[in-house]
Amino acid sequence: MNWIYSPWPWYVSGPMIAFVMFLLLMVGKNFGMSSNLRTMCTICGAGTKADFFKLDWRAQKWNLTVVIGAIIGGFIAANFMTPDAAVAITPETISDLQDLGFNSAGKAYLPTELFETSALLDFKSLAILIIGGLLVGFGARYAGGCTSGHAISGLSDLQLPSLIAVVGFFIGGLVMIHLLYPLIFA
Amino acid sequence: MRTVVYLFIGILFGITMFKSEAASWFRIYEMFKFDAFHMYGIIGSALVIGVITIQLIKKFNIKSFYGETIHFYPKTRSVSRYLIGGIIFGLGWALAGACPGPMFTLIGAGFVPILVVIAAAILGTFLYGILKDKLPH
Repeated sequence: MNWIYSPWPWYVSGPMIAFVMFLLLMVGKNFGMSSNLRTMCTICGAGTKADFFKLDWRAQKWNLTVVIGAIIGGFIAANFMTPDAAVAITPETISDLQDLGFNSAGKAYLPTELFETSALLDFKSLAILIIGGLLVGFGARYAGGCTSGHAISGLSDLQLPSLIAVVGFFIGGLVMIHLLYPLIFA
Repeated sequence: MRTVVYLFIGILFGITMFKSEAASWFRIYEMFKFDAFHMYGIIGSALVIGVITIQLIKKFNIKSFYGETIHFYPKTRSVSRYLIGGIIFGLGWALAGACPGPMFTLIGAGFVPILVVIAAAILGTFLYGILKDKLPH
């Protein structure tokens, strides 16, 4: 049983993600997490501002339930299944991140510089969290899906639009890490 | 009853996201640096099994647990919306180090600042809804 307390290797994690997608298909649903963000806009009353949000959110209750499950799952995994949460990224990655000012690299699950509660008092950290979130929300809906909807569900169904979206995800990610990070964090 | 099933699937997903470290900002950075195989192994193995699963469901017309036909919805054809939207998403994914699924997992794991990321992502979705008709699709 010790394996369950260690980080799961890719050959356990990947098949588990495919299994989650399979279970959702078998209950007649599709795996896609970012559409919940749209449902949340609708619940907040965005339907009065744009037709895009005029939908019956009750039809999406199943997916919101999956979200609640994902929160509970994160709680269970972090509190009962992970004695040491430090992520063992490669030494090269750690050294790159230290150069950018992330001294928590290799010692934590998330960089404390951004995700410790006190980081919310730092203007730059707060701005990074907000801009990152805005881009994710805007981009996911523009592209019609995120990592789960396109990279897993769409590509598994051999959909060309999903391949284009995933190529876009990588162009954006590579530009951010290789070109913009040195400017943002230097 | 079905609600319990959705909740169970969500819990399984949340545990997987945390334990695989796909919810870790560090793993996303490492992936875009091409420093480790981990994330590629996760996505790649999920895809190989996913493709086979969906092909089998289609070929043998496998019904859902409730006996209903399983529907797949082909996405509308376009290049610009997927490419531009995808690039914007990728910029945010690499900056916040989290995509929409793991974001929720991280609330449960107790990271308070992720709430700011989620609130901003909801706002970003709202901005898209407002600007949708003015954007190339």
